[in-house]
Amino acid sequence: MSLLTPNPGLIFWMLVVFLLVVFILSKYAWKPILKGLKDRENEIQGALDLAEKTRAEMAQLKSDNEKLIAEANAIRDQILRDAKDASDRTIAESKDKAAVEAQKIIESARETIRNEQAVAVSKIRKEVATLSLEIAEKVLHRELEDKGAQEKLIADLASSARLN
Amino acid sequence: MYTHLRRFFTIALIAATCVFNLPARADEPTQHDAGKVAQAVNEEEHKIEHKLEEHEAKFNIGEMIMHHIADSHEWEFSHGVSLPLPVILYSEDRGIEAFLSSNFHNEHHEYKGYHLVHGESEQIVPVDEARKIYDFSITKNVASMLISAVILILVFTGVASFYKNSKGKAPKGFASAMEVIILFIRDEVVKPNVGPKYEKYLPYLLTLFFFILINNVMGLLPGSANLTGNIAVTLTLAVLTFIVVHLNANGNYYKHLLAPTGVPAPLLIIMIPVEIVGVFMKPFSLMVRLFANITAGHIILLSLFGLIFIFQSFVIAPVISLFALFLNFIEIMVAFIQAFIFTLLSSMYIGSAIEEHSHADHGH
Repeated sequence: MSLLTPNPGLIFWMLVVFLLVVFILSKYAWKPILKGLKDRENEIQGALDLAEKTRAEMAQLKSDNEKLIAEANAIRDQILRDAKDASDRTIAESKDKAAVEAQKIIESARETIRNEQAVAVSKIRKEVATLSLEIAEKVLHRELEDKGAQEKLIADLASSARLN
Repeated sequence: MYTHLRRFFTIALIAATCVFNLPARADEPTQHDAGKVAQAVNEEEHKIEHKLEEHEAKFNIGEMIMHHIADSHEWEFSHGVSLPLPVILYSEDRGIEAFLSSNFHNEHHEYKGYHLVHGESEQIVPVDEARKIYDFSITKNVASMLISAVILILVFTGVASFYKNSKGKAPKGFASAMEVIILFIRDEVVKPNVGPKYEKYLPYLLTLFFFILINNVMGLLPGSANLTGNIAVTLTLAVLTFIVVHLNANGNYYKHLLAPTGVPAPLLIIMIPVEIVGVFMKPFSLMVRLFANITAGHIILLSLFGLIFIFQSFVIAPVISLFALFLNFIEIMVAFIQAFIFTLLSSMYIGSAIEEHSHADHGH
């Protein structure tokens, strides 16, 4: 059973040596090692954080850009639509105006034509009357020149007339 | 068992002596010389056989194993080749005495009134039995521990210098190999078990892990000391953990110990002793676990090697060697696992003692 009996001398040396090792290693080994490890971890963490932040910023920028583009597109579409509307409106207005104008012109032309017609008709009437008079004058003149015929006619007329 | 081995060595030795002596004696009359040598050889053989018979009577495998796992006042590398270590004794009447253990190498194993007793384990006892002595010798275990301490300090101050000198660089070489283990202990063992205030205990726990690990591994080397398989060592480690736990334990821990919440009053009569026994069982289990695992491993390996000497067969020896090789790999694993478990349990004990809220179940 000597295996299970601790030897006081060994316990003493164990205590001394182990505590010395703990002390020396804590001061000259673990402290710088653990500090080095921690610093490095912090550095890596910092770098990762920075990368993450940069990525988020990039994403933000990208979405901003997309938003700007979308806005620009929307504005462009709006402008185009407005322009088209405006042009359509202008065309329609012009058409209306042109139609009205044309109507007016047609009206006035008709009026003129009517007036011209009336003038022409009255002139023709006058011409016809004058011509008729002249013709009648010429006919009469010629008929009256022959006195025998006249008297015969009167005689015919007087013979045919029944005196009742 | 021993006989054959020793005979082999003896013959080899004698043959070697003859061979090396031949040129020197070449000019001497050869016939006369041959007769002399033959006589000398015979005499030597007789002597050795006599000794071997003595040994044969004494040899048993249990003794061999105990001799190998026990502490010693000299460092025996192989049979007969040993390094004497300093013996330091303190007694009230003589004060501190120091001398080399090789002084005991005489017929009575006696020096300056002290007797070196080879029993199950070595012990120095005063010849005058009325005297009381305290043995603070640098035994094989202490020497091994000092070597491991030096290695630990050199290795980790070396690793630390890497972090100081090449700040902000990628780890490489030995430092990165150690870093993996340090990070494992920090992130997988200490951090989750101790809790947010883990940094305070990290140096102790890291030292604990590496100290146990290096001594476990060193214990596997042939001719080395069985340090972590020595109960004095595991006792000291367990007691240190116990002290660390109870110096840092907060009020909740002690309150939970003496007045567990939610337990009916009559049960307290049972619960309080159980809790208090539990407090002492924890370091006790730490102590026994490490000691038993390492010692058992050594006993198994030594038994296997002992089998070679018992069977004395050229067929058995390679088989056993292969099996011993396999077990050696397992022992390397055990060396890591036991260091890990000791550290893990220490962290858990510390963690449960410094936990902030008392309503949590302390893992029992």
